[in-house]
Amino acid sequence: MHPASSVIFFTTASGAGYGLLFLLGLAGSGGLVPASLAFGLVGFTIAFGLITAGLVASTFHLGHPERAWRAMSQWRSSWLSREGVAAVLTYVPAGLFAVGWVFLSDARGIWGVFGILAAAGAVATVVCTAMIYASLKTIRQWHHPLVLPGYLVLALYTGALWMALLTQAFGGAADVFLWLALLAGLAAAGVKAAYWQSVRDQRPAATSGSATGLGALGTVRLLDGPSTSKNFVMREMGYRIGRKHAQRLRQIAGVLGLAAPAVLLVIAILLPNGSGTIPVFLAALSGSAGVVVERWLFFAEATHVVTTYYGAEAA
Amino acid sequence: MTSLPETAGARKLGLVIDLDICVGCHACAVNCKEWNAGGHSAPLTDWNAYSGTEIEDGEDAGAWGVWFNRIHTFEAGEGAASRTVHFPRSCLHCEQPACVTVCPTGASYKREEDGIVLVNPDTCIGCKLCSWACPYGAREYDYTDGVMKKCTLCIDRIYNENLEEVDRVPACVSTCPVGARHFGDLGDPDSSVSRLVAERDGYDLMPEMGYKPVNKYLPPRPRRDSDGDYDAPTRLEQLAAEAADTVPANAGGSGLLAWVDAMLSR
Repeated sequence: MHPASSVIFFTTASGAGYGLLFLLGLAGSGGLVPASLAFGLVGFTIAFGLITAGLVASTFHLGHPERAWRAMSQWRSSWLSREGVAAVLTYVPAGLFAVGWVFLSDARGIWGVFGILAAAGAVATVVCTAMIYASLKTIRQWHHPLVLPGYLVLALYTGALWMALLTQAFGGAADVFLWLALLAGLAAAGVKAAYWQSVRDQRPAATSGSATGLGALGTVRLLDGPSTSKNFVMREMGYRIGRKHAQRLRQIAGVLGLAAPAVLLVIAILLPNGSGTIPVFLAALSGSAGVVVERWLFFAEATHVVTTYYGAEAA
Repeated sequence: MTSLPETAGARKLGLVIDLDICVGCHACAVNCKEWNAGGHSAPLTDWNAYSGTEIEDGEDAGAWGVWFNRIHTFEAGEGAASRTVHFPRSCLHCEQPACVTVCPTGASYKREEDGIVLVNPDTCIGCKLCSWACPYGAREYDYTDGVMKKCTLCIDRIYNENLEEVDRVPACVSTCPVGARHFGDLGDPDSSVSRLVAERDGYDLMPEMGYKPVNKYLPPRPRRDSDGDYDAPTRLEQLAAEAADTVPANAGGSGLLAWVDAMLSR
């Protein structure tokens, strides 16, 4: 699949934003962090900034962005529509929660209820994002049981990195979020390693034999394509990445996404409370970059069954 | 609504494509383009239409555009037993079209009355998700219009009362020079297309994916490469018997031809 930069940015940025919103909602209403003006202002700016920038970016690949509101209508059947509805609905409790936190310095009581609703909305939205991909039977690497856990744990991980940074800068249960980020990172690495292994061993969803129905005659191969240059289907669905590059990029994702942040988080854990701002900031940047590489691979390595009409023996 | 119709209609309009006799001439694709470039989905934009090269000054300059019908040529089997099969591919108007259910706006829909899958170009946002959901590559995005386009089964021909009745078939069917394409109601077991499918063991593409395509393909007939496959000896015996009946009549004649016949028959 063609890795569109707007969709990669959207899923990673909004994933981190929703991860952070989830943790702000739970930690704020649970009293793990101070309901101070500075914490709230910076925290919600980062969370809403990441979410909103992602949502806006996701409209860049639309042919008619001005009609995007129509995407809210088909929630009965479409995960993309459900994602739109969940994203917009989540703004309501999240906005109220932010008002209580920032202007009234209160994140508990009724404001805490809004925080928990915002956390639930964040989870629902990330679930919908993942299901857009996981529901497509045409792409075996996406129609996979580890895709949904992968999206959730990576959103939690990147959100926890930013939350750890906030607690370093503005106080709160700093160690809790350093450890949470570290454990979420390890969990994410485990899910992705299992996913990559499983996808490598997966049986193809279709073959050129079943696609053409000519399999009974023997191996089916493309003798002559339908067009002299690449058509839309070949450009959009026929993107191929070399195995060598994929392996190298997986290593880069592992180093940037997990190894470097893990080392930086351990340094911050060893430092006295509140003095780990710089290593945690670097960990958040590195982790986010690693997740972008992971998401790029998620698209680039996905093979669509339509490619069996264009020369692939299986997909 | 992108939920599928709850009561699927009895009518399932679609195509039956005979892979045994398709000669791969691309006439169906060209006539499809010609009709639809001026019809319901107009225009079907082309880009770099006059380019002869793929890359020019490092830029992608290949000629490409929106087509609803594309002809692939496959080779199946090995060596002398292999077959070359021309393979027209267009929307199969599935009974379970995932392209419809993934649509977030309701622009994609399946008609209850005849099962045709269409896109409303006024509400499509151009998110391209339907093209990801289609296993058959039937949907093509028009970057200039910013909306997805696809085969309409020539809905503006098949119900068009301004056309002669004989012309109320999809453009691809009307133009096929070898009669490899058939149009009809595959929901009616007694229709000519349904009987053709039953007689020739017509099949679904990628049945394992579960989209239940309406269009069917007829397989190439078994290869005939020995005289037995053509019933050749039986036919020659019959010809010999007919000849034996006529020879004595000539042999009994007179004159130069009879003499030549007699001499050559020695």
